[in-house]
Amino acid sequence: MENLEPLANQARSAIAAAQDSATLEKLRVDYLGKKGQLTGLLKGLSNLSPEDRPKAGALINVVKQELQELIGERKTTLDATAIKAKLEQEAIDVTMPGRATASGGVHPVTQTIERMEDFFSAIGFEVVEGPEIEDDYHNFEALNIPAHHPARAMHDTFYVDEHTVLRTHTSPVQVRVMESQEPPLRIICPGRVYRCDSDLTHTPMFHQVEGLLIDEHSSFSDLKGLIEDFLRVFFERDLDVRFRPSYFPFTEPSAEVDIACVNCGGKGCRVCSQTGWLEVMGCGMVHPKVFEAAGIDTEKYSGFAFGMGVERLAMLRYGVNDLRLFFDNDLRFLEQF
Amino acid sequence: MKISEKWLREWVSPPLSTQELAHQITMAGLEVDAVEPVADVFSGVVVAEILSVEPHPDADKLRVCQVSAGSETVQIVCGAPNARTGLKVPLAQVEAELPGNLKIKRAKLRGVESQGMLCAEQELGLSDSSDGLMELAFDAPVGADLRHYLDLDDQVIEISITPNRADCLGIAGIAREVGLLNNLPVNEPAFSKAPEAIADTIAVEVQAEECCPRYVGRLIKGIDISRPSPQWLQEKLRRCGVRSIDAVVDVTNYLLLELGQPMHAFDHSKVHGDIQVRMATRDEPIELLDGKTVTLNDDTLVIADCQGPLAMAGIMGGQRSAVSGTTKDIVLEAAFFAPKPLAGKARSYGLHTDSSHRFERGVDFELQLHAMERATKMLLELVGGEAGPIREVVSKNHLPARPDVVLRAARIEKVLGLSLPADEVERILRGLGLGVTETDGGWRCSIPSWRFDITIEVDLLEELARVYGYNRLPVTHIHAKLEIQPRPETDLSIRYLRRHLSARGYREAITYSFIDPQLQKIFDPEQEPVALSNPISADMAVMRTSLLPGLVSAVVHNVNRQQPSVRLFETGLRFIRDESGLRQVPTLAMVSTGPRFEESWASPVDAADFFDVKGDIESVLDLTRRSQQFTFKSTSRPALHPGQTACISREGDVVGFVGALHPSVGAELGLNAPLYLCEIDLAALLEGKIPKYAELSKFPEVRRDLAVVVDKTVSAARLMQDVRMAAGTYITDLRLFDVYTGKGIDPNRKSLALGLTFRDQSRTLGEEDVNVAVGQVIDLLEKNYNAELRN
Repeated sequence: MENLEPLANQARSAIAAAQDSATLEKLRVDYLGKKGQLTGLLKGLSNLSPEDRPKAGALINVVKQELQELIGERKTTLDATAIKAKLEQEAIDVTMPGRATASGGVHPVTQTIERMEDFFSAIGFEVVEGPEIEDDYHNFEALNIPAHHPARAMHDTFYVDEHTVLRTHTSPVQVRVMESQEPPLRIICPGRVYRCDSDLTHTPMFHQVEGLLIDEHSSFSDLKGLIEDFLRVFFERDLDVRFRPSYFPFTEPSAEVDIACVNCGGKGCRVCSQTGWLEVMGCGMVHPKVFEAAGIDTEKYSGFAFGMGVERLAMLRYGVNDLRLFFDNDLRFLEQF
Repeated sequence: MKISEKWLREWVSPPLSTQELAHQITMAGLEVDAVEPVADVFSGVVVAEILSVEPHPDADKLRVCQVSAGSETVQIVCGAPNARTGLKVPLAQVEAELPGNLKIKRAKLRGVESQGMLCAEQELGLSDSSDGLMELAFDAPVGADLRHYLDLDDQVIEISITPNRADCLGIAGIAREVGLLNNLPVNEPAFSKAPEAIADTIAVEVQAEECCPRYVGRLIKGIDISRPSPQWLQEKLRRCGVRSIDAVVDVTNYLLLELGQPMHAFDHSKVHGDIQVRMATRDEPIELLDGKTVTLNDDTLVIADCQGPLAMAGIMGGQRSAVSGTTKDIVLEAAFFAPKPLAGKARSYGLHTDSSHRFERGVDFELQLHAMERATKMLLELVGGEAGPIREVVSKNHLPARPDVVLRAARIEKVLGLSLPADEVERILRGLGLGVTETDGGWRCSIPSWRFDITIEVDLLEELARVYGYNRLPVTHIHAKLEIQPRPETDLSIRYLRRHLSARGYREAITYSFIDPQLQKIFDPEQEPVALSNPISADMAVMRTSLLPGLVSAVVHNVNRQQPSVRLFETGLRFIRDESGLRQVPTLAMVSTGPRFEESWASPVDAADFFDVKGDIESVLDLTRRSQQFTFKSTSRPALHPGQTACISREGDVVGFVGALHPSVGAELGLNAPLYLCEIDLAALLEGKIPKYAELSKFPEVRRDLAVVVDKTVSAARLMQDVRMAAGTYITDLRLFDVYTGKGIDPNRKSLALGLTFRDQSRTLGEEDVNVAVGQVIDLLEKNYNAELRN
């Protein structure tokens, strides 16, 4: 028994010095295993007198338990260190860029049309499309644009032949809907339109969104409310909106709609040619002749129509200063949307 | 149309600033485009007379003028070629301030003293350009302040008159509007008729009464055409954008601008026999005032004498009877030519004149006698002469009808959403010159001769709204029945398709629908495109039969701007003309060139290939949940790589294709890297399928891999289709996981590695089940594909 304390000390320092779990395991076997040194001391108890045995046994067991605990603690420490080292090993530079796939996107004109569609579909307008090569009747005649109207001159309209044109507006879609459906109607017609005109502010192709509402009780004041709401929602601003009398063959009364310049707030700048106002769309009450052509009862129904240039509104919304950029399809432009 | 504010204010002058006035008429529907001062700011400029002109002793181009400024005579050195003795010119005196902060000082020019500057119009901001000194009227008072003399504190108001408002194509019409808007009376300048001093008259025969319901003519003899127009007349014309020619022409232009009545004067000595108003005979020539000779169609109205046309009626006069420096006697014409027959005629000859502009839109048909009297009076005052009796030929039946228009009070509320008091309604309508009688529930209105645009009730509603003010009309919100509309689940949204392609790295492009015929021919030589009869340019002359030429051009644009990788898609119509007529086919097209991934530390740099684009379109097909209906088959197409092109069919119908651009076409377009493209009918992509749930199996799956060597020409798709058939009912997945050619394989053959997955719904498959299935597959491959099994 005189060996117990030196043996315990020896074991304590060996455990403390162990640097890995294998060494630790070996120490456990050496001291505490079946053939271990401490186990040997227990076995040697039989050599003691029966009255000394319990006391000596208890002393050995205390040491045994202590060593077991020391080994456990040391193991925990060593494991933690090992994991820590492994994790340190696995550290990466998380600031490096992620694995990239090329990014795509939707054209700003399409995005603008989709926004407009959303505003109007939310209040029950249906989106309708139609042909781009149109006949004379649907593009002009049915819209109260008789043969001698200035809009039909060669300089405005692209002709395929005498009776076939590239539609100059999306209104013919409205005519087709009026021909095939009964009122009440609430539709908007987005799409490409064509005018034989090309300069800084005109491209021979552009996009329009036109709307039509026909009901038993629709008035010019409803039109004003709808257009004002639309413009404020589109620009997300409480804009000043004004309605100016104008002339379109297919509406009466007709109006041009101006908004306070979104660039200068109405003070006057380059964008609004110093006027403080921007002309953004045309609208009016559907002309009775248009109703008559479509066979709609002008006494029972009234309706209004409106139309706007998509590129014009997109330019104002996003600050684009050159219309032609929309059709260059330059990635440096498209990537901005 | 440009008008002088002062001229307008002679008729009606509301207590408004120029800006307020411009705003007011804009909001009444006469849109003011611009307001500009008639002259820039300057001071110290007087009317002066050149007394003598001597050469400069030391300069060839300069001359020394003695100039009277009224109280004193000063010496001015001047370089203008038109400086001559007796000429009245503007003189900027010493200390004068001219536009552009120019201050005039005493100076010596090449040693000769100059005490001021003689001015050109441009130097005073009166015009944008000038050649020489401004020449003032002979009667200009020497010494008078030029601003005061020319009445230059005036603005030019430029107004866009919409085609329906021909009545406002003159000062008088705009004054009528301004009067009504401000509740002010309009003061037409008073004048007394000139006496009929001679009995001479002209004979007028109107053959085309429908086109010319009223013709008013008069002979004026013994005028002195050498008397120039006075400064005030020239100035008024100039401010309205009309050049002074001579007193006779100036007076006709004056009345056109003031009353809106186009007039014409013929030299009576050049008119032979009676005046005829008739349709031209076919191919009849006429030399016009602008010097051009026009060959007439028989749908064109002319004023003629026995020798042929004198004028294209309502469009332009002819050279033969033009008033000139030797003219003594004139025939003055004021006619009403009907709008419809005249519409489009001027344009068909490439002409557009102030006169045709007005007649096509509608001139007041009760105005001609009045205009004739005004013109006569002015002319006699300016150039003397004696007037004969007025000759008027009128066909009442052909004058425009002006049926009364009934306005129902209830419609005001219904259409405008406004309740307007009856007396306000009547005030507005009367102010517009309408005759108004109250009826049961509304009014009966007679329409004045100058309004061609009021024929039905809504026209009156518009007038009420316009004069009342659109902006004062109430603002309300629509009311509608809320009904859910059908939304078939199988209608796929194009928006979803766009976002899907965006997520796969494609950017949406929008290219023109008309393209270069050459490019069209390269991509689609078998299709005869729809051609435009008036294209805007030669390279935008035909309607596309494919979206690809436009997209490939957009790729070229970007590649030329150093973009290494370009992926674009577009949706839109292509235009196909075939036996069934014209089809406008909604189409999706995609193009891709350059590396598969953006350059990155993490990605390989390999170029995308055919299978990238094919994978992209397959992913689109998957959106329909009908991808198994689509098949790809090797094909050939113009402009595409003969060995890398597949047509896409849906249940047997070809709906599109995917392939590589033919390298030589690419080279021709300036593309060096391979380009892959795909075009497919949108209709095939937007029809989806409603999902149907299938029970999940509780039992494990078994996978077997097979590698077989077959001829290189074998279609993998067909082989796999056959394998699937041969593999029995348990097969749940079949994939091609490797393709190998090269070492160890016959150069004419390839190795395909197939992964087959089996599973049953009701039990765990045994080894034997799978062996049977695989055995059938191997049999098939050996028998039908001459396949060898690899180990």
